Amino acid sequence: MDAIVVTELRKHYGEVQALDGVGFTVQEGEVFSLLGPNGAGKSTTVRVLATLTKPDSGSAVVAGNDVVRDPNAVRRSIGYVPQSSGVDRDATGRENLMLQGRIQRLHGNDLKRRVDELLQLVGLSDAADRLARTYSGGMKRRLDIALGLVHRPSVLFLDEPTTGLDPEARTAMWEELGTLAHRESLTILLTTHYLEEADQLADRVAIVSRGKIVVEGTPEELKRGLRGEAVSVRLADGDRVRAEAVVDLLDGVHETTVEGEVLRMRVDSGARAIPSILSALESNGISVEAVASHRPSLDDVYLHYTGYEFAEDDRAANGTPA
Amino acid sequence: MSSLRDTWFMVGRQARNLMREPIWIALLLIQPLVWLLLYGQLFKNVTHLGGFGTSSYITFLAPAIVVMNAFFGATWSGMAMIQDLDRDVIERFLTTPVRRSSLVVSQIVRSAITAAIQATIIIAVSYFLGVRSSQGLLGVLVVILAGVLVNSAFAGMSQGIALLTRKEATMIAVANFIGLPLLFLSSTLLAAKQMPQWMQTVAKFNPVNWGVVMAREAILPGTDWTVVVTRGLALFALTLVMASFATWTFRAYRRTL
Repeated sequence: MDAIVVTELRKHYGEVQALDGVGFTVQEGEVFSLLGPNGAGKSTTVRVLATLTKPDSGSAVVAGNDVVRDPNAVRRSIGYVPQSSGVDRDATGRENLMLQGRIQRLHGNDLKRRVDELLQLVGLSDAADRLARTYSGGMKRRLDIALGLVHRPSVLFLDEPTTGLDPEARTAMWEELGTLAHRESLTILLTTHYLEEADQLADRVAIVSRGKIVVEGTPEELKRGLRGEAVSVRLADGDRVRAEAVVDLLDGVHETTVEGEVLRMRVDSGARAIPSILSALESNGISVEAVASHRPSLDDVYLHYTGYEFAEDDRAANGTPA
Repeated sequence: MSSLRDTWFMVGRQARNLMREPIWIALLLIQPLVWLLLYGQLFKNVTHLGGFGTSSYITFLAPAIVVMNAFFGATWSGMAMIQDLDRDVIERFLTTPVRRSSLVVSQIVRSAITAAIQATIIIAVSYFLGVRSSQGLLGVLVVILAGVLVNSAFAGMSQGIALLTRKEATMIAVANFIGLPLLFLSSTLLAAKQMPQWMQTVAKFNPVNWGVVMAREAILPGTDWTVVVTRGLALFALTLVMASFATWTFRAYRRTL
C-alpha cells in the first residue's frame, strides 16, 4: 500500500511559488528522501503533509487520510520532526514526552512504558530527568525524534534531521535512523540538502528544484542513468567559450558545460577521453591547470537534471529570504 | 471534553515551568504587597478629601490593588505565547490532534490562576493591616472574582496582540502604553469624586474601573449588589469577546504558516 500519495501540490507565499506542482508516491515501509538545495520546497512539502500548512491546490493523502479534509486523522498517524527543535526547554526530556503522549491520547501505564522505551531507544535514559535546556544539539534532536514517535505513528517526517550536527554526530544519527526505521516499521520521509545523506539513508530519492520534482528513483538508478564518468577541467587561461566548443566536438564527450574556470562534461571512458581532451585544448592554445574524473555522484545527477550546480543553488537560496 | 482535557494538560505544563523559576515565584508573591504597602502609605491621608466611603484608606485601596495587580499581570501574559512561538513549541503541538483552542485558552487560564493566587495573598495581608469585608467571605470571593475577570479579559487581549505581532518588543510597548493610563483613568487610587469630571466620564468605559468598582463595592459598607452584578456581567462579556479575539488571531497565525 502507498503510505504517502502527493499530487500536483502548489503553494505560494507572497510572490514566491514555493511548490509548483510537486507529486510523488511513497510506499509503506520505505525511506524516501526529498533532496534539494535550501529553498527548493522540501520543507514546505513536509509542512503540508504534516498538516501545518494548507496547499493552494493539489492533494496529499498520508496513511490513507487526506491532509486537508481530515487533518486530525493524519495527525494521529504521523510523527513530525521539525528542522528547528520544538522541544520545551523548561521541561525535562521525560516531561516533554509525557505531555506529547497525552495530547496524542495515550495515558496510564501504557504511556509510561512507551516513554521509558523511547528514552532508551534514543539513548536519553540517563538524561531523562534533566531540563532539556541542558541538552546538547544532538540530544535535543534525538528528543525531537522521540517526540515524533511517542504515539507509534506509521509515517515519520524528518525535516533536515542532521542539519546543525557535527560530522561525527551526523554519522551516528544516520545509523540510528536506519535502525529506527526498521524497529518501528516506519515509513520515513526525510528532507535533506546533503547529497551524501540521501545516498546513505534513502531507498528512493526525489530531487526537488524550484518547487518541482525533477527526477526520482533509487540512488543507484539515478547515478546509473548518467552515462559514464564526469570529467572536470580547470582552465589556466584562454577563451572559455572556445574551449567549450573545442571539447564538445570530440567523440565520446557529452553535456559540456562551463562555469567560471571549470569545464565539465560527461565521457564514456575517462581513460580514453582525457588525453584527447587535453591535446585538443593544447592545440588550440588553451592551457589547463588541473583535470579530474570521477564516478557520477548525486551532485552530478542534480546538475544533469536541473542544469544548475547544487552548491550554487544552495547558496543562492541562502542569499534570499525563505 | 477533549478541549477541557487538553487545556488542563497545557495549563499544567505552563504552571510547572513557571514553578521552576524561583525569581518569578518571589516576584509573584512580593509584587502585590509592594503595591499595597507603597500606595497605602503614600495616599494614607487622602480620605480626608471625602467620597471614599470609608475613613480607612487601606480598606478603600486593598480591593482595588487586587484588580490592578490582576490587570498588570494580564498585560504581560502574551509574552509566554511569544516564547512558545519562537521556540517552535506551538508548531510541534499543531502537528498533534491537540485542540487548537486549548493552546490559547490555557494561556488565559494560567494567567487567571496566577491572578487568583495573588489576590488571595493581597487579601490575607490586607486582613492583617486591618481591612475587613462588609460582606464577609462573600465579599472576599467577589474581590477575587473581579481580579480573575479583569485578568482574563486583558490576558485575552494580550494573547491576541502576541499572536498578531509575535514580537516581544511590541508586547512590552503595548503593555506600557495601556498600563498606567488605564490605572489612572480608574478610581483605583482616588475616589471617583476627587477625579476631574472628564476622567470620571472616561472611567465609566474603562474595564479596569469596572473591576475596581465591583471589588470595592463588595468590601465597603452598604454594598449595592446591582453595582457588583452589572460590573461582573460586563467583565464576563468582555472576557468572552477577548477570548474570541485571541482564538481568532490564533487562526490567523495558523494561516500564515
